[in-house]
Amino acid sequence: MELGRRIGLKLGLSTREAFGRALAELGEEVPNIVVIDGDVNNSTRTEHFAKRFPERFFNFGIAESNMVGVAGGMAACGKIPVVASFACFLMCNAFDQLRMSVAYPRMNVKLVGSHAGISIGQDGPSQMGVEDVALACALGGFVVIVPADEVETREAVRAAIYHNGPVYIRVGRPEVPIVYTDGCNFTIGKANKLRDGRDVTLIANGIMVAAALEAAHLLEQDGISARVLDMHTVKPIDAYAIEEAARDTGAIVVAEEHFAYGGLGSVVAMAAAERYPVPIGFVNLGDTYSRSGDPDDLLRYYGLTADNIAETAKRTIGRKR
Amino acid sequence: MAVAPALGIEQLREKARLIRKHIIVMTTLAGSGHPTTALSMVEVVVALYFGGILRYDPSNPYWEDRDRFILSKGHGCPALYAVLAEAGYFPVEQLKTLRQLGSPLEGHPNMRALPGIEASTGSLGQGLSIGLGHALAARLDGRDYHVFTMVGDGECDEGQVWEAAMAAKHFKVDNLTCIVDHNKYQQTGCVFDVMDYRPFADKWRAFGWHVQEIDGHDLEQVLSALRLAKSKPIKGTPTVIIAHTIKGKGVSFLEHRSDMHGRAIKIDEAKRALEELGWSWEGELD
Repeated sequence: MELGRRIGLKLGLSTREAFGRALAELGEEVPNIVVIDGDVNNSTRTEHFAKRFPERFFNFGIAESNMVGVAGGMAACGKIPVVASFACFLMCNAFDQLRMSVAYPRMNVKLVGSHAGISIGQDGPSQMGVEDVALACALGGFVVIVPADEVETREAVRAAIYHNGPVYIRVGRPEVPIVYTDGCNFTIGKANKLRDGRDVTLIANGIMVAAALEAAHLLEQDGISARVLDMHTVKPIDAYAIEEAARDTGAIVVAEEHFAYGGLGSVVAMAAAERYPVPIGFVNLGDTYSRSGDPDDLLRYYGLTADNIAETAKRTIGRKR
Repeated sequence: MAVAPALGIEQLREKARLIRKHIIVMTTLAGSGHPTTALSMVEVVVALYFGGILRYDPSNPYWEDRDRFILSKGHGCPALYAVLAEAGYFPVEQLKTLRQLGSPLEGHPNMRALPGIEASTGSLGQGLSIGLGHALAARLDGRDYHVFTMVGDGECDEGQVWEAAMAAKHFKVDNLTCIVDHNKYQQTGCVFDVMDYRPFADKWRAFGWHVQEIDGHDLEQVLSALRLAKSKPIKGTPTVIIAHTIKGKGVSFLEHRSDMHGRAIKIDEAKRALEELGWSWEGELD
């Protein structure tokens, strides 16, 4: 993956692999964890947990609706079910089960959607979760987390397990640059300020955090000072950090590997509109499905790049009053 | 606390008559609901809660070793509410608050509002999966409780029911029983006209389930079928009880009616219904 390379970020694990390893470690510590997968355990990497705790692992076949319902029942009995599949299949196929068997009764179920975004590449749009964050945010009482790298994913999985209530974590297929080289302080609902700045704030999550850091570097070369916020939790959103960013920098750009409607951009815009309206620019996948292709080619083709974030930042700064 | 004392057949019949009165009164006062759907399932829930089948304790509704009854066909909830009230989960008087703002007796079951409700249902197709979750949790925890889930026959149009049926057999779950309230009608007509899934019992057999077919209003048949299911007749095999029932059972002018799904009856109709059931309506419908 090219993102972050220009500023020297090193490739780490994929966030799905980091999730799988973290889950297997937590399995020792939290005996109530049960893991449910829809026959993609070697893709979601729940296989690590399955190997260590076979009696607490269930492959329910390619039947997402049923496995989410089962998770709701297990949670009612005090288990902490972690349900994993591709983001698109989990969130789209089982949405009503997430609503009725998890969200409405406030069940302590953790959902992990892997292969999110267009960076899965060659398998194409049918396998790409590009609506998953919007769907998860729409579910009442859900916490929605999009970690940036392997370090943050490990912390996010731990926080999700210790949070009492439904959580959706979005993870990806490709190996991604390590943003948190010195560890990560992770609190659900609290954005991490990775870089401070005066002229604009770049708010991103997932792989776009590396792109935002790179964009800040590019802007600096043009004499523009950019703050970078890793908004790993989309819901509940850190409205305070957004208000502060709006006050301090007067312009915001939101970058995400997701459709335009209902994702991080929408949530940030809502918070800013209510608390401190400033011009906001958006870098995302718009409203149309992607194509098959090499992940880096796709990210460039759809403008999920540091260059596009920097350009968008300049345009947004130009709209300041 | 173990199993609630089992009533004899005559007392159970009387209890069923009482539950039917509650269903008519509460839905009529609410002015909406699904009385005919509730009336078809009365004998099964009466047998479960008062026939010595379920192990439960109304003073400890979250007792970990309790047997579970999950009403997947959530719109039948007036019958379940009436049974839970009679069993002592909450005062019988509260039945008259059905569907009112602030009442724990919501239009469809809300497990977070009313102790004794095991699952929030109302979106059809999900209860058997939830029941399977409870059943697997029992295995993980080394508990011996049994899980009964009631689904509607129209509900069996939902693919998720069959996903759950497949998985229950695959995981060799024998502490799970599915009861189909086979009252032959769904919202817009006869189930076989809406979606003809016959042969129905053979479908369950093909999914690997042990099948019993009974008259769902004959309390002796209901009791023996539930007892057999709970005894896990075939190791590693879940049981389905297909209970042939009559939608609107007990009130002549509601039975077999295809146009009464999801409609409460009017006060004068309710008076006639209560008279047919052998109850005075004086003071009941105010």
